[in-house]
Amino acid sequence: MNAQTVTNVVFAGLGGQGVLKASDILAEVAFRRGHDVKKSEIHGMSQRGGSVTSDVRFGSEVFSPMVPEGETDFLLVLESTQTEPNRHLLKSDGVLIVPEDLLKEGQTLDQLDADESTPLNQRSLNVALLGVLSVYLDFSESEWLDGIFANLPAKLHELNAKVFAAGRAVGQRKKQV
Amino acid sequence: MVDSGRKLLSGNEAVALAAYDAGVGLGTAYPGTPSTEIMENLAALGGPAQWSPNEKVAYEVALGASWSGARVLAAMKHVGVNVAADPLFTSTYTGVIGGFILISADDPGLASSQNEQDNRRYAVAAGIPMLEPSNSQEAYDFVFEAFRISERWSIPVMLRMTTRVCHSMTIVEPRPNIDPPKPRHFDHDIKGRTMIPGYARPAHRRLRAKLAEIDAWNEESTLHKRIDGDRSLGIITSGICYVHAREAAPTASFLKLAMTYPLPIKRIRAFVESVDRAIVIEENDPYLVDSLRAAGMKVEGKPEMYRFNELNVVRVRRILAGDVSPEPTRPPGKPPQLCVGCPHRTVLSTLRRCDAIIMGDIGCYTLAVLPPVEAMDSCVCMGASIGTGLGLRHTLPPEEARRVVSVIGDSTFVHSGITGLVDMVYNPPPTGHIVLILDNGTTAMTGLQDHPGTGVTLRKKPTGRVVFEDLARSIGIKNVHVVDPVESVSGFKKLIEDSMASDELTLIITRRPCNLALKKQQKQAGEARS
Repeated sequence: MNAQTVTNVVFAGLGGQGVLKASDILAEVAFRRGHDVKKSEIHGMSQRGGSVTSDVRFGSEVFSPMVPEGETDFLLVLESTQTEPNRHLLKSDGVLIVPEDLLKEGQTLDQLDADESTPLNQRSLNVALLGVLSVYLDFSESEWLDGIFANLPAKLHELNAKVFAAGRAVGQRKKQV
Repeated sequence: MVDSGRKLLSGNEAVALAAYDAGVGLGTAYPGTPSTEIMENLAALGGPAQWSPNEKVAYEVALGASWSGARVLAAMKHVGVNVAADPLFTSTYTGVIGGFILISADDPGLASSQNEQDNRRYAVAAGIPMLEPSNSQEAYDFVFEAFRISERWSIPVMLRMTTRVCHSMTIVEPRPNIDPPKPRHFDHDIKGRTMIPGYARPAHRRLRAKLAEIDAWNEESTLHKRIDGDRSLGIITSGICYVHAREAAPTASFLKLAMTYPLPIKRIRAFVESVDRAIVIEENDPYLVDSLRAAGMKVEGKPEMYRFNELNVVRVRRILAGDVSPEPTRPPGKPPQLCVGCPHRTVLSTLRRCDAIIMGDIGCYTLAVLPPVEAMDSCVCMGASIGTGLGLRHTLPPEEARRVVSVIGDSTFVHSGITGLVDMVYNPPPTGHIVLILDNGTTAMTGLQDHPGTGVTLRKKPTGRVVFEDLARSIGIKNVHVVDPVESVSGFKKLIEDSMASDELTLIITRRPCNLALKKQQKQAGEARS
């Protein structure tokens, strides 16, 4: 019963990349919509630059706060080396969202940072990938921005709104493919 | 957080909010994953929260405050309860006045701990009633229940949480549900609280009588949840295991226990008799299943392989299916490591180059055990670096003994290192000894908390500061050095070599701030300006 009504999202990356912040934002957006929401993560030793994952589950009723292995609908990976260790979490028709989605053909992540034609860069990967994710989920752009603004200091709002919009545009292209 | 209505809170935030809403008079804790955020959040709410030097002191201060009539909360991780066990075991004899809650935050799966001990055993051993919340709403609600039980029977109550309850965020509807605390006053109760054998013998009988009353109350308690589903499978569970099991077996019957010590044996027996197959789903030790079997119930437990590591939906499905095939091994993630530029790296790699035998301790520097530094020979518990180092120094052949050093962080030193240092003065090994306090000015591993060595309180107010070098000299250690290990690595290495060659007692304080703490300070200063 759960499987049909609960959406499972796993965020993965390294300590310090904003993995937990990204999951906070999604949980906030789902909570404000009125869903039952659970979010699970590990603090402490694992955050000293090591692998970090955070699970967000929402729907009519969520039991376990942890996404069962192989039942992840969306896996957002903020660091390429963390894709393979987490791929088994994804269900067979689940969607993998990675930093490379943001790149133009032939571009590298370092070149993305230097690209002045886009607000996207490696420091705001978390919000950019949420932009990509947003096209797959039933929340409006303003619901997303409310969730982002609630989790970031005011001085970062304008920049992150631009980053989110650019990520969303990438998501629309990705979804069509 | 919004001021009213539903909130999305971690279990730790929910406990802090409930304690605040219950008018808690004092909260005490030593930081330790997964419990740390409880006291941080109580302080953030404006509640009376303080860091203690260790869990024993936290427990004792809370006990004294309770005798004034104040409601109190002492929060600690599972191994912290070991440190607080001494007052815990006798506080159930003396009893309390204001409601007393002990938070035991257990860590099944060892996300950030040195062992996987199951503190439900403590409830039995100390005779302290135990409640186990399964989500943040229950964490919130059970705080009020615990205060009520504590005040009704004048007994401390343990709220046993686990990592996934502490750190998972779930929805909470705040609903304060308790009378305001009584005015504070001290009434003498000499025979009740002064535990000489003649007064402790009747106190033990009083404790057992209280537990019998609580047992009877618990049999009728509405806190337990029974779901009469499919009779072919009945699951007895508590805490986080309940939500995993509900998902793994959505149509099964459930008896989800709230107070798991004393156990409501009659209620459980009635449930077991109502189903065809009764199985206990619990993490770590077979506490529930052994208790039910001892009471003569025919219940299934989990295969031994599931004793290790935390449970989750997939593992519960396997337990229900009796699947004991090996679990799939997964590619390892990236292990945590010392930050680039961390002063601990320099200190530990220098000790390695000096061919030291390194008795380590609990903190970020424990990560030096991993490649590429690999400079730590032991890590047992808070403060053990000094005791184990002294033991080796006393018994190894002299040439080997000289290479032994004890390495301990500043917060850990305050917690449990001072008595070790006193032993070094009292029982000096023939070759002397070297203790290094790695003083980065913060409790870094648990997220940069202050402690008595920083001179700043939990609420960020300046306060008295324990100066390690003054302390060491005052107890009779002559060779006390304060060095910046990064400024002169060669000078630091020579100091180690010279100290190893001497037969004297040496304390070296390597003082250099944690880079993360510096960054945090700069960020806060920046935000204060903007």
